[in-house]
Amino acid sequence: MVDVGNAVWALILPGVVLILAVATASGNAALGARDRGTPVHAAAMSPFRETGRLLRQQRRSVLGADSLLWRIGGSGLIVAAFLAALAVPIGALAPLDIPVGVVWFNAVDVSLWALWWLLGWGGNSVHPLIGGYRFLAQALAYEIPLMFALTAPAIGAQSLRLTDVVTAQQPVWFALTMPVAFIVYCVSVTAFSAWGPFALPAGTDIAGGVLGELSGVDRLLVLAGRWCLLVAGAAFAVPMFLGGGAGPLLPPALWVLVKTCALLAVFLLLGRAMPAIRPQRLAELGWVLVLPLVLLQLLITSVLTVMGKG
Amino acid sequence: MTMMATIVFWVAAVVAVLAAAAVFRVDSMARATYALAVSFVAGGVAVLVLHLDFIGVITILMMVMEMAVMAVFMVSYMGMNPALMPMDMTHSKRPAAVIAAAVFVGLAAAALLIPWPARAGTAAADTTRALGEAIMSSKMLVMLTISPILFATIIAALVLANPRGRYDRLGDDLQDAPADPEPGGIGR
Repeated sequence: MVDVGNAVWALILPGVVLILAVATASGNAALGARDRGTPVHAAAMSPFRETGRLLRQQRRSVLGADSLLWRIGGSGLIVAAFLAALAVPIGALAPLDIPVGVVWFNAVDVSLWALWWLLGWGGNSVHPLIGGYRFLAQALAYEIPLMFALTAPAIGAQSLRLTDVVTAQQPVWFALTMPVAFIVYCVSVTAFSAWGPFALPAGTDIAGGVLGELSGVDRLLVLAGRWCLLVAGAAFAVPMFLGGGAGPLLPPALWVLVKTCALLAVFLLLGRAMPAIRPQRLAELGWVLVLPLVLLQLLITSVLTVMGKG
Repeated sequence: MTMMATIVFWVAAVVAVLAAAAVFRVDSMARATYALAVSFVAGGVAVLVLHLDFIGVITILMMVMEMAVMAVFMVSYMGMNPALMPMDMTHSKRPAAVIAAAVFVGLAAAALLIPWPARAGTAAADTTRALGEAIMSSKMLVMLTISPILFATIIAALVLANPRGRYDRLGDDLQDAPADPEPGGIGR
């Protein structure tokens, strides 16, 4: 019975991720319209209009573009988001309940290094190429702190299996016992989605960066993939740091959804409020400031776990 | 192995070999690098089929990251413009072909001719742990001694290779404002 449930959930999961992604994009457009003083309702509908426009638009290419690599990069983002979301246990359902769920997420997020760079490279155009390299510069800064941040809940639960990580958070969430790891995780999610202060790989100062030469359905896939990555990152934080489906009154599956949406809202509001960070300045922040803090967090978590209080 | 696992294993094995061959057939550095990445990912999937979950996923993780970095180095160190133009991925073709054929025949003969032992007993519940203990347990002291030495070697090599140390940045008395081509994020 649970097997059938898992299979059905795995099939409808991409739809749920897409709905949340559209909702986030709508929210972002609406907040932007409110800031500018233009009609909020029209802006909230803009993701749908944009989808329709891009689906009708003819995709164009550049002379000498490596279309194969370009399209792998463009369509891979959305696939990576689905693969990451697949590992999230929803109540009794866990379509991908492998013993190394935490490492699975890490492997998926590392694949984004390849995908964003391919997206920049494939177009055979200067500005997208710079965007791709900007992402790698950014990734060098956030990836190592992110890896250690993912290690903290695994140490606390003494398991890499996500259902064990959820069980270990009764009654206190890991977001409270390991706040540094939680914050680093959230920052890294916005960074691998190239969003908020980390949006410079697709920045307007380089003519849209990796988005520069994209049109039609190619562009749609990348824009959708970017929002889906943000959704998947928020959803994965729920079993890792926010106690999974634990909560009063509502069923666990609904709590996972509520917590995901709440974290998405935080990403949206904070991401819009923050100034962009130039990728070349990020490495020093990541390695000199954040990395020691995360290591300290790991030390504290390890000591607490050994003492049986993690 | 179940039927399904056997099929997945063989598909992964064939993809790994074909992608590895593609490394030398394609005409761009980016394609060659990512063909190699596909080969490694297929290898990781084959390891996953053997129920070595951790090793399989970590292989995929490490290799994708490594290839993403390697692509950057391949393109930047290739010099002139070949990395940006179609180029041949092979050189010294005849000796390479001879060596490759000899190694392949040797390895294939070994795989087919060695009388492999049948499994004695049942598989451990945690195969990753069993594998680690089989490989490492008697050599743990050596490993524990070598790893800090290796780490110190890496740090020492980086220090020696660093073209701009703190005296270059901050002057002879380490008092000047840092002379960096690009200011860092925390204003040191």
